[in-house]
Amino acid sequence: MIIAERKPIAEIVEMTRDHEKILVLGCRGCVTVCSAGGEREVELLASLLRLGAKKEGRKIEVQEGSLVRQCDKEYVDSLDSWNGEYDAIVSMACGVGVNFIANLRSSTMVYPAVNTTFFGGSPEQGIWTEQCAGCGNCVLHLTGGLCPVARCAKSLMNGPCGGSQNGKCEIHSEVDCIWQMIHDRLEHLDRKEQMLEVAPIRDWRTAGHGGPRKTKRDDLTI
Amino acid sequence: MSDFTPDIKAFCCHYTSQQTCAEGTEGLKQDGFPGSVSLFRVPCTGKIQVSTLLQAFEDGADAVYVVGCPVDGCHNVKGSQRAAKRVGAVKQALSELDVEAERIEMFHLERGFHPEFVAVAQEMDKKIKKLGPSPLKGESA
Ligand code: SF4
Ligand code: SF4
Repeated sequence: MIIAERKPIAEIVEMTRDHEKILVLGCRGCVTVCSAGGEREVELLASLLRLGAKKEGRKIEVQEGSLVRQCDKEYVDSLDSWNGEYDAIVSMACGVGVNFIANLRSSTMVYPAVNTTFFGGSPEQGIWTEQCAGCGNCVLHLTGGLCPVARCAKSLMNGPCGGSQNGKCEIHSEVDCIWQMIHDRLEHLDRKEQMLEVAPIRDWRTAGHGGPRKTKRDDLTI
Repeated sequence: MSDFTPDIKAFCCHYTSQQTCAEGTEGLKQDGFPGSVSLFRVPCTGKIQVSTLLQAFEDGADAVYVVGCPVDGCHNVKGSQRAAKRVGAVKQALSELDVEAERIEMFHLERGFHPEFVAVAQEMDKKIKKLGPSPLKGESA
Protein backbone atom coordinates (compact mmCIF):
# COMPACT_ATOMS: atom_id res chain seq x y z
CA MET A 1 0.00 0.00 0.00
CA ILE A 2 0.93 3.67 -0.13
CA ILE A 3 2.43 4.81 3.15
CA ALA A 4 2.01 8.34 4.45
CA GLU A 5 2.44 10.27 7.67
CA ARG A 6 0.71 13.37 8.92
CA LYS A 7 2.50 16.66 8.48
CA PRO A 8 3.30 18.59 11.65
CA ILE A 9 0.09 20.24 12.77
CA ALA A 10 1.63 23.74 12.82
CA GLU A 11 2.38 23.35 9.10
CA ILE A 12 -1.24 22.46 8.35
CA VAL A 13 -2.53 25.33 10.51
CA GLU A 14 -0.22 27.69 8.62
CA MET A 15 -1.26 26.56 5.12
CA THR A 16 -4.97 26.79 5.90
CA ARG A 17 -4.83 30.08 7.79
CA ASP A 18 -6.91 31.93 5.16
CA HIS A 19 -9.90 29.63 5.44
CA GLU A 20 -12.82 29.71 7.82
CA LYS A 21 -14.69 26.62 6.67
CA ILE A 22 -12.53 23.57 6.25
CA LEU A 23 -13.47 20.06 5.20
CA VAL A 24 -10.97 17.56 6.59
CA LEU A 25 -11.29 14.70 4.18
CA GLY A 26 -10.00 11.23 4.96
CA CYS A 27 -9.52 8.35 2.58
CA ARG A 28 -10.68 4.87 3.46
CA GLY A 29 -7.98 3.28 1.28
CA CYS A 30 -4.24 2.93 1.95
CA VAL A 31 -3.96 5.78 4.45
CA THR A 32 -6.61 4.20 6.66
CA VAL A 33 -4.62 0.99 6.76
CA CYS A 34 -1.38 2.81 7.63
CA SER A 35 -3.22 4.98 10.20
CA ALA A 36 -2.26 8.27 8.55
CA GLY A 37 -5.49 9.56 7.06
CA GLY A 38 -8.51 7.43 7.88
CA GLU A 39 -11.61 8.45 9.80
CA ARG A 40 -9.85 8.27 13.16
CA GLU A 41 -7.06 10.57 11.98
CA VAL A 42 -9.65 12.95 10.48
CA GLU A 43 -11.24 13.30 13.92
CA LEU A 44 -7.86 14.12 15.46
CA LEU A 45 -6.80 16.59 12.79
CA ALA A 46 -10.18 18.35 12.95
CA SER A 47 -9.77 18.74 16.69
CA LEU A 48 -6.18 19.98 16.36
CA LEU A 49 -7.16 22.50 13.66
CA ARG A 50 -9.91 23.86 15.89
CA LEU A 51 -7.50 24.11 18.83
CA GLY A 52 -4.82 25.70 16.63
CA ALA A 53 -7.25 28.34 15.37
CA LYS A 54 -8.67 29.02 18.81
CA LYS A 55 -5.17 29.55 20.15
CA GLU A 56 -4.72 32.32 17.59
CA GLY A 57 -8.14 33.75 18.33
CA ARG A 58 -9.49 32.77 14.92
CA LYS A 59 -12.91 31.27 14.33
CA ILE A 60 -13.12 28.26 12.07
CA GLU A 61 -15.68 25.64 11.22
CA VAL A 62 -14.31 22.21 10.58
CA GLN A 63 -16.30 19.49 8.84
CA GLU A 64 -15.15 15.89 8.96
CA GLY A 65 -15.63 13.48 6.10
CA SER A 66 -14.05 10.65 4.18
CA LEU A 67 -14.28 9.04 0.77
CA VAL A 68 -14.00 5.35 -0.08
CA ARG A 69 -10.95 6.40 -2.09
CA GLN A 70 -9.75 9.76 -3.31
CA CYS A 71 -8.04 8.28 -6.36
CA ASP A 72 -11.18 7.46 -8.39
CA LYS A 73 -13.31 9.99 -10.21
CA GLU A 74 -16.58 8.43 -9.11
CA TYR A 75 -15.71 8.82 -5.43
CA VAL A 76 -14.27 12.31 -5.79
CA ASP A 77 -17.54 13.28 -7.52
CA SER A 78 -19.35 12.38 -4.32
CA LEU A 79 -17.77 15.49 -2.78
CA ASP A 80 -20.91 17.17 -4.12
CA SER A 81 -22.66 16.15 -0.92
CA TRP A 82 -20.60 18.78 0.96
CA ASN A 83 -21.17 21.54 -1.61
CA GLY A 84 -21.39 24.95 0.02
CA GLU A 85 -20.21 23.66 3.37
CA TYR A 86 -16.50 24.42 3.05
CA ASP A 87 -14.13 26.83 1.38
CA ALA A 88 -11.10 24.52 1.42
CA ILE A 89 -10.39 20.83 1.64
CA VAL A 90 -7.58 19.42 3.73
CA SER A 91 -7.05 16.00 2.22
CA MET A 92 -5.62 13.23 4.38
CA ALA A 93 -5.19 10.93 1.36
CA CYS A 94 -1.86 10.31 -0.29
CA GLY A 95 -0.66 12.76 -2.92
CA VAL A 96 -2.72 10.93 -5.51
CA GLY A 97 -5.90 11.92 -3.71
CA VAL A 98 -4.89 15.58 -3.46
CA ASN A 99 -4.02 15.64 -7.17
CA PHE A 100 -7.32 14.01 -8.06
CA ILE A 101 -9.30 16.62 -6.19
CA ALA A 102 -7.25 19.38 -7.84
CA ASN A 103 -7.77 17.74 -11.26
CA LEU A 104 -11.49 17.39 -10.86
CA ARG A 105 -12.57 20.43 -8.81
CA SER A 106 -11.32 23.51 -10.60
CA SER A 107 -12.68 25.96 -8.00
CA THR A 108 -11.72 24.09 -4.85
CA MET A 109 -8.61 24.85 -2.81
CA VAL A 110 -7.12 21.61 -1.61
CA TYR A 111 -4.23 21.15 0.83
CA PRO A 112 -2.20 18.06 1.72
CA ALA A 113 -2.33 16.96 5.36
CA VAL A 114 0.13 14.11 4.95
CA ASN A 115 3.53 13.48 3.49
CA THR A 116 3.31 10.54 1.10
CA THR A 117 6.41 8.53 1.70
CA PHE A 118 6.58 5.19 -0.10
CA PHE A 119 5.01 1.90 -1.20
CA GLY A 120 5.46 -0.46 1.67
CA GLY A 121 4.16 -3.00 4.09
CA SER A 122 3.90 -3.45 7.82
CA PRO A 123 6.19 -6.14 9.29
CA GLU A 124 4.80 -5.42 12.76
CA GLN A 125 2.26 -3.09 14.30
CA GLY A 126 3.27 0.55 14.03
CA ILE A 127 6.18 -0.05 11.64
CA TRP A 128 6.18 0.27 7.84
CA THR A 129 9.01 -0.41 5.45
CA GLU A 130 9.56 0.44 1.80
CA GLN A 131 9.36 -2.54 -0.55
CA CYS A 132 8.72 -1.36 -4.12
CA ALA A 133 9.43 1.84 -6.02
CA GLY A 134 6.94 1.34 -8.86
CA CYS A 135 9.71 1.20 -11.46
CA GLY A 136 7.43 -0.08 -14.20
CA ASN A 137 9.64 -3.00 -15.23
CA CYS A 138 9.71 -5.49 -12.38
CA VAL A 139 12.85 -7.59 -11.94
CA LEU A 140 11.79 -9.59 -8.91
CA HIS A 141 11.95 -12.86 -10.90
CA LEU A 142 15.73 -12.28 -11.16
CA THR A 143 16.30 -11.30 -7.55
CA GLY A 144 14.54 -13.90 -5.48
CA GLY A 145 11.51 -11.65 -4.96
CA LEU A 146 13.52 -8.92 -3.15
CA CYS A 147 13.58 -5.50 -4.79
CA PRO A 148 16.96 -3.91 -5.55
CA VAL A 149 15.33 -0.77 -6.96
CA ALA A 150 13.55 0.22 -3.75
CA ARG A 151 15.67 -1.55 -1.17
CA CYS A 152 19.23 -0.96 -2.42
CA ALA A 153 20.33 2.58 -1.54
CA LYS A 154 21.90 2.86 -5.00
CA SER A 155 19.24 0.89 -6.88
CA LEU A 156 22.02 -1.30 -8.23
CA MET A 157 21.03 -3.96 -10.72
CA ASN A 158 24.29 -5.86 -10.13
CA GLY A 159 25.07 -5.84 -6.45
CA PRO A 160 26.29 -5.79 -3.84
CA CYS A 161 28.56 -2.80 -4.13
CA GLY A 162 31.91 -2.71 -2.37
CA GLY A 163 30.48 -1.01 0.71
CA SER A 164 28.38 -3.87 2.02
CA GLN A 165 29.68 -5.18 5.37
CA ASN A 166 28.37 -7.99 7.55
CA GLY A 167 25.11 -7.97 5.64
CA LYS A 168 24.55 -4.26 6.25
CA CYS A 169 24.44 -1.36 3.83
CA GLU A 170 27.17 1.26 4.00
CA ILE A 171 24.65 4.08 4.33
CA HIS A 172 23.59 2.91 7.80
CA SER A 173 24.38 0.02 10.08
CA GLU A 174 20.66 -0.62 10.60
CA VAL A 175 19.89 -0.99 6.89
CA ASP A 176 20.13 -4.49 5.48
CA CYS A 177 22.12 -4.88 2.29
CA ILE A 178 19.39 -6.11 0.00
CA TRP A 179 21.94 -7.64 -2.35
CA GLN A 180 23.35 -9.71 0.50
CA MET A 181 19.77 -10.79 1.24
CA ILE A 182 19.16 -11.60 -2.43
CA HIS A 183 22.33 -13.69 -2.44
CA ASP A 184 21.46 -15.51 0.78
CA ARG A 185 17.91 -16.20 -0.32
CA LEU A 186 18.94 -17.49 -3.74
CA GLU A 187 21.53 -19.70 -2.06
CA HIS A 188 18.90 -21.04 0.31
CA LEU A 189 16.65 -21.76 -2.68
CA ASP A 190 19.56 -23.50 -4.42
CA ARG A 191 19.61 -20.86 -7.18
CA LYS A 192 22.80 -19.05 -6.29
CA GLU A 193 24.07 -19.25 -9.88
CA GLN A 194 21.47 -16.60 -10.81
CA MET A 195 23.84 -14.12 -9.15
CA LEU A 196 26.34 -14.73 -11.95
CA GLU A 197 24.05 -13.26 -14.58
CA VAL A 198 25.06 -9.70 -15.32
CA ALA A 199 22.08 -7.39 -15.70
CA PRO A 200 22.45 -5.08 -18.71
CA ILE A 201 22.28 -1.31 -18.42
CA ARG A 202 18.73 -0.55 -17.52
CA ASP A 203 16.25 1.59 -19.40
CA TRP A 204 14.72 3.76 -16.68
CA ARG A 205 12.04 5.35 -18.87
CA THR A 206 9.39 3.08 -17.34
CA ALA A 207 10.37 4.38 -13.90
CA GLY A 208 9.16 7.90 -14.61
CA HIS A 209 12.34 9.15 -16.19
CA GLY A 210 10.36 9.46 -19.40
CA GLY A 211 7.80 11.82 -17.86
CA PRO A 212 4.50 11.11 -16.06
CA ARG A 213 3.25 7.61 -16.67
CA LYS A 214 -0.13 6.43 -17.81
CA THR A 215 -1.73 3.03 -18.15
CA LYS A 216 -4.56 2.38 -20.56
CA ARG A 217 -6.40 -0.90 -20.70
CA ASP A 218 -8.37 -1.29 -23.92
CA ASP A 219 -10.44 -4.08 -22.50
CA LEU A 220 -11.67 -1.80 -19.72
CA THR A 221 -12.29 1.42 -21.63
CA ILE A 222 -15.34 2.08 -23.75
CA MET B 1 -2.29 35.10 38.07
CA SER B 2 -2.73 34.27 41.76
CA ASP B 3 -6.54 34.06 41.55
CA PHE B 4 -6.43 31.72 38.57
CA THR B 5 -8.24 28.44 39.24
CA PRO B 6 -7.31 25.98 36.56
CA ASP B 7 -9.68 23.54 34.93
CA ILE B 8 -7.88 20.20 35.12
CA LYS B 9 -9.48 17.08 33.76
CA ALA B 10 -8.22 13.77 35.11
CA PHE B 11 -9.02 10.43 33.53
CA CYS B 12 -8.39 7.53 35.83
CA CYS B 13 -9.10 3.85 35.69
CA HIS B 14 -11.41 2.07 38.00
CA TYR B 15 -8.60 0.22 39.73
CA THR B 16 -6.37 3.12 40.64
CA SER B 17 -9.25 5.32 41.78
CA GLN B 18 -11.74 2.90 43.29
CA GLN B 19 -10.83 3.06 46.94
CA THR B 20 -9.91 6.72 46.92
CA CYS B 21 -13.22 7.61 45.33
CA ALA B 22 -15.15 5.40 47.72
CA GLU B 23 -14.77 8.23 50.20
CA GLY B 24 -16.87 10.45 47.97
CA THR B 25 -16.20 14.05 46.98
CA GLU B 26 -16.20 15.28 50.57
CA GLY B 27 -13.72 12.65 51.67
CA LEU B 28 -11.44 13.47 48.76
CA LYS B 29 -11.55 17.14 49.66
CA GLN B 30 -10.63 16.36 53.24
CA ASP B 31 -7.63 14.41 51.97
CA GLY B 32 -6.49 17.56 50.17
CA PHE B 33 -7.67 16.70 46.65
CA PRO B 34 -7.75 20.06 44.80
CA GLY B 35 -11.10 21.45 43.69
CA SER B 36 -9.60 22.35 40.30
CA VAL B 37 -9.45 18.70 39.24
CA SER B 38 -12.53 16.99 37.79
CA LEU B 39 -12.37 13.22 37.73
CA PHE B 40 -13.53 11.08 34.84
CA ARG B 41 -13.43 7.42 35.68
CA VAL B 42 -13.10 4.81 32.94
CA PRO B 43 -12.98 1.01 33.19
CA CYS B 44 -9.43 1.01 31.79
CA THR B 45 -7.20 3.85 30.63
CA GLY B 46 -6.36 1.75 27.55
CA LYS B 47 -9.85 2.67 26.35
CA ILE B 48 -9.07 6.40 26.24
CA GLN B 49 -8.51 7.62 22.70
CA VAL B 50 -6.31 10.54 21.64
CA SER B 51 -9.53 12.22 20.47
CA THR B 52 -10.98 12.03 24.02
CA LEU B 53 -7.91 13.79 25.42
CA LEU B 54 -8.02 16.48 22.72
CA GLN B 55 -11.73 16.93 23.31
CA ALA B 56 -10.97 17.69 26.95
CA PHE B 57 -8.78 20.58 25.78
CA GLU B 58 -11.49 21.68 23.35
CA ASP B 59 -13.90 21.66 26.28
CA GLY B 60 -11.72 24.21 28.03
CA ALA B 61 -9.24 22.20 30.10
CA ASP B 62 -6.05 23.98 31.09
CA ALA B 63 -4.49 20.58 31.64
CA VAL B 64 -5.36 16.92 31.37
CA TYR B 65 -3.88 13.92 33.07
CA VAL B 66 -4.38 10.19 33.07
CA VAL B 67 -3.91 7.86 36.00
CA GLY B 68 -3.51 4.18 35.19
CA CYS B 69 -2.04 1.07 36.73
CA PRO B 70 1.72 0.50 37.04
CA VAL B 71 3.36 -0.15 33.67
CA ASP B 72 3.96 -3.81 34.44
CA GLY B 73 0.91 -4.34 36.60
CA CYS B 74 -2.11 -3.22 34.60
CA HIS B 75 -5.31 -5.06 35.42
CA ASN B 76 -5.89 -5.30 31.67
CA VAL B 77 -2.26 -6.17 30.90
CA LYS B 78 -1.32 -3.34 28.52
CA GLY B 79 -4.06 -0.78 29.08
CA SER B 80 -1.95 1.75 30.94
CA GLN B 81 0.92 1.32 28.46
CA ARG B 82 -1.46 2.17 25.63
CA ALA B 83 -2.73 5.18 27.57
CA ALA B 84 0.85 6.40 28.09
CA LYS B 85 1.47 6.19 24.33
CA ARG B 86 -1.66 8.23 23.62
CA VAL B 87 -0.68 10.81 26.20
CA GLY B 88 2.67 10.91 24.38
CA ALA B 89 0.88 11.56 21.08
CA VAL B 90 -1.01 14.50 22.62
CA LYS B 91 2.24 15.86 24.12
CA GLN B 92 3.71 15.80 20.62
CA ALA B 93 0.66 17.56 19.17
CA LEU B 94 0.78 20.24 21.88
CA SER B 95 4.46 20.88 21.15
CA GLU B 96 3.68 21.17 17.45
CA LEU B 97 1.11 23.81 18.35
CA ASP B 98 3.71 25.56 20.52
CA VAL B 99 1.82 24.80 23.72
CA GLU B 100 3.54 23.49 26.87
CA ALA B 101 3.64 19.69 26.60
CA GLU B 102 3.41 19.38 30.38
CA ARG B 103 -0.24 20.35 30.17
CA ILE B 104 -0.84 16.66 29.73
CA GLU B 105 0.70 13.93 31.86
CA MET B 106 0.46 10.22 32.50
CA PHE B 107 0.82 8.75 35.98
CA HIS B 108 1.15 5.08 36.80
CA LEU B 109 -0.05 4.40 40.34
CA GLU B 110 -0.65 1.35 42.50
CA ARG B 111 -4.20 0.25 43.03
CA GLY B 112 -6.09 0.79 46.22
CA PHE B 113 -6.08 3.78 48.50
CA HIS B 114 -2.84 5.62 48.48
CA PRO B 115 -1.78 9.19 49.07
CA GLU B 116 -0.13 9.43 45.62
CA PHE B 117 -3.55 9.69 44.00
CA VAL B 118 -4.07 12.94 45.86
CA ALA B 119 -0.41 13.94 45.50
CA VAL B 120 -0.44 13.84 41.67
CA ALA B 121 -3.61 15.95 41.63
CA GLN B 122 -1.88 18.49 43.87
CA GLU B 123 1.22 18.37 41.69
CA MET B 124 -0.81 19.13 38.55
CA ASP B 125 -2.78 21.85 40.32
CA LYS B 126 0.43 23.55 41.47
CA LYS B 127 2.12 23.24 38.10
CA ILE B 128 -0.83 24.55 36.09
CA LYS B 129 -1.42 27.44 38.47
CA LYS B 130 2.16 28.44 37.71
CA LEU B 131 1.77 27.94 33.93
CA GLY B 132 -1.47 29.89 33.78
CA PRO B 133 -4.47 29.37 31.48
CA SER B 134 -4.05 27.15 28.45
CA PRO B 135 -3.21 29.11 25.29
CA LEU B 136 -5.58 26.72 23.50
CA LYS B 137 -8.50 28.58 25.09
CA GLY B 138 -7.56 31.52 22.90
CA GLU B 139 -7.99 34.00 25.73
CA SER B 140 -4.59 35.58 25.37
CA ALA B 141 -4.86 36.03 21.58
S1 SF4 C 1 -6.20 8.15 -2.58
FE1 SF4 C 1 -4.21 7.34 -2.06
S2 SF4 C 1 -4.49 6.57 0.00
FE2 SF4 C 1 -6.52 6.79 -0.86
S3 SF4 C 1 -6.94 4.73 -1.73
FE3 SF4 C 1 -6.11 6.04 -3.35
S4 SF4 C 1 -3.95 5.53 -3.37
FE4 SF4 C 1 -4.74 4.83 -1.42
S1 SF4 D 1 11.63 -4.10 -9.47
FE1 SF4 D 1 10.38 -2.28 -9.79
S2 SF4 D 1 8.24 -2.98 -9.83
FE2 SF4 D 1 9.52 -4.66 -9.02
S3 SF4 D 1 9.37 -4.43 -6.80
FE3 SF4 D 1 11.20 -3.29 -7.45
S4 SF4 D 1 10.50 -1.19 -7.85
FE4 SF4 D 1 8.70 -2.48 -7.70
